[in-house]
Amino acid sequence: MILGRVTGTVVSTVKHPAYEGHKLLMVTPVDEHGRRAGDDFLAVDSAQAGAGDTVLVLKEGNGVRQILVGDPTAVLPILETIVAVVDLVQVAPAGGER
Amino acid sequence: MFLARVVGSVVATVKYEGLEGAKLLLVAPLDKNGQAKPGAYIVACDEAQSGPGDTVFCVSAREASHALPVRFVPVDAAIVGVVDRADREVIL
Repeated sequence: MILGRVTGTVVSTVKHPAYEGHKLLMVTPVDEHGRRAGDDFLAVDSAQAGAGDTVLVLKEGNGVRQILVGDPTAVLPILETIVAVVDLVQVAPAGGER
Repeated sequence: MFLARVVGSVVATVKYEGLEGAKLLLVAPLDKNGQAKPGAYIVACDEAQSGPGDTVFCVSAREASHALPVRFVPVDAAIVGVVDRADREVIL
């Protein structure tokens, strides 16, 4: 998974049926300090996330199919889903000692 | 998935037969300001009745082939929705 920040929402009515009933959120990859760490992408929400939340995003088809339709062999043109809302990110000091 | 703007279309008569039914559109992925990245065009198969000028969202990788009604069509990018609104609520 990767760390991301939900930075927006996308509304679409004319879309592939697989997206019906799902919230589509705009996500920016972030580092441990919450700074941008890559290009924006979109993800289907599976964790009641909203704008401003720091989240975990799963970017892998089989896992997404298992989460959204309970069947990894299903046909589903979705690649990213938000799997968690993150409360805290802790990074050990540079030397790595506890 | 990612946001993009449809900027044109691509016609190819000589192609892998699996691509027969694919409607090929030229799209420009959008940057963080919602602008088309210059020169970063990709060709995506349209599965959302989109056309030039539309802001759309696309799915890439193997999942793009899942957007097509026919199994298995060799595409790695498919337009799966026309965007009505894309609100950027947090600026990073």
